Amino acid sequence: MAKVAQLAMLELSDEELDRFTGQLDAVLDLGGRLDAFDVADVPPTAHPYGLTNVFRADTVENDDDVRAEALAAGPEIEDGRFKVPPALGEAL
Amino acid sequence: MSEPNQLPKGWEMVIGLEVHAELSTATKMFSPARNEFGGEPNTNVHPVCLGLPGTLPVVNEQAVALSIRIGLALNCTVQRCVFARKNYFYPDMPKDYQISQYDQPLNADGYLDLASGARIGIERAHMEEDTGKSTHIGASGRIHDAGYSLVDYNRAGVPLIEIVSRPDIRGPEQAKEYVEELRSILVAIGASDGKMEEGSLRVDANVSVRPVGADELRTRCEIKNVNSLRSVGRAIVYEARRHVDLYDAGDAPRQETRHWDEEGGRTRAGRSKEEAEDYRYFADPDLVPIDPSPEWIDEIRRALPALPKERRESLQAVGAEPQMAALAVTRDLDGLALATIEAGADCSRVMTHVANNLAVEGAERLEPVRLAELVTMETGGALTATQAKQVLAEMVDTGRSAADVAEARGFEAMDTDELESLLDGIIAQHAEQWGRFTDGDDKERKKMQGFFTGQVMKATQGQADGKVVNRLLSLKAEI
Repeated sequence: MAKVAQLAMLELSDEELDRFTGQLDAVLDLGGRLDAFDVADVPPTAHPYGLTNVFRADTVENDDDVRAEALAAGPEIEDGRFKVPPALGEAL
Repeated sequence: MSEPNQLPKGWEMVIGLEVHAELSTATKMFSPARNEFGGEPNTNVHPVCLGLPGTLPVVNEQAVALSIRIGLALNCTVQRCVFARKNYFYPDMPKDYQISQYDQPLNADGYLDLASGARIGIERAHMEEDTGKSTHIGASGRIHDAGYSLVDYNRAGVPLIEIVSRPDIRGPEQAKEYVEELRSILVAIGASDGKMEEGSLRVDANVSVRPVGADELRTRCEIKNVNSLRSVGRAIVYEARRHVDLYDAGDAPRQETRHWDEEGGRTRAGRSKEEAEDYRYFADPDLVPIDPSPEWIDEIRRALPALPKERRESLQAVGAEPQMAALAVTRDLDGLALATIEAGADCSRVMTHVANNLAVEGAERLEPVRLAELVTMETGGALTATQAKQVLAEMVDTGRSAADVAEARGFEAMDTDELESLLDGIIAQHAEQWGRFTDGDDKERKKMQGFFTGQVMKATQGQADGKVVNRLLSLKAEI
């Protein structure tokens, strides 16, 4: 649980860790019930709809309003770019 | 491939390369924003590539077509494939995941043959999207003490192919050759512009070492930030030597991502061990699988242009030296050279022009018959090599024929009789030098040959053919 929390960048208290470990166990148990079935001949499902090859044409739709709106939504803008903390405290 | 061993005796390098290339599409992988290098920050953006809530990606068909083209050019199996989310938290990806392919890539199990003879296996070539560009701003401007980052999403979502080689590469020169060959293929098939300097082609190197003759694969390190061909070679040598030093000291490298520091000429450890990569890949529920039909794959295969290897071989088949053929293909002048040679022009003179005189704007517009005409004038003695070079430059500029240009410039190689009487006069004036030419050793003879040729050129203002002068000198010396 601690590992999952760390990967998701969540800070959990000890009490939360205990609580979520229990809940996660229940989820894993549920998934574990599938082990009872022989699925060797069943192809993995990539998508529930069964569709393939949904494409769009390679045609540009650039909208200046979108840019203005997007930049306006950023908490801080410098030189037309979004200003953010340095890689979330992690050295690259 | 013979390559000086850059490691202490008994060790060999084991290298696999991951090459990322941006595809030459009009729009991004999953959004209709423009795919374009440069531009004002955050101008080529769209709600999808900004990761705004409620948006859904839709696959660009042309990006898939180009990726299949790449797969076929690399002799891969093109197959049903699935997009996966690669989860990580960097601000260069506003969705907090990158859409890539994981266990079911589009292209698998191919190979690339190098001109030097080696065959490098291609494990896979899969589709993904590029990330945005973070610029780290800090006191020293270095990554490590960045105060904050500025993010431009123009590049976020640009279609990428990641081509993963097998660990079949054995040295820095071979690695460079692989990257160059791959780049020339990508350019030749119109899939990418292959510009390393603009970041549209990027290389990560997986490096390990082992005792010569061993089969094992030892712990590898992944070197990132290798931004030029030269750095590819340097980074690999540095890293391989670091591994040998560690083994020699009774230690061992640990698997990690390292960054190439171009200035310092060394690699540095990247993320810390506790934060070992764990991207939690899973099939992206927003996207359905791609299952290219055999008809589609065939159609793309039929439309594939000749690959660089085939183009080099065509030129070699009409007599070009391998290195010259490679140069012609690199300059995209092989078509012109081949057609000119096939029109009857002398191969070695055509290739000399390709190597020395045609690396200029507009050369590709030159008509083979016109170049052939020039070369024929040259081989027939109507023009000297120096004159031919000047005529060619003007032909490229003006589109005029060789004969027209030569006539307008008053170029006419002197005939042999005229030259001979001129030479006789010069010999008579320089009896002492002539004696040194006829009686001297090879070195002296060579020196005097230069002297007499110089005198003739001076007297004729460069209109004499140097080769004819040399022939006359030899003839006269034997009498």
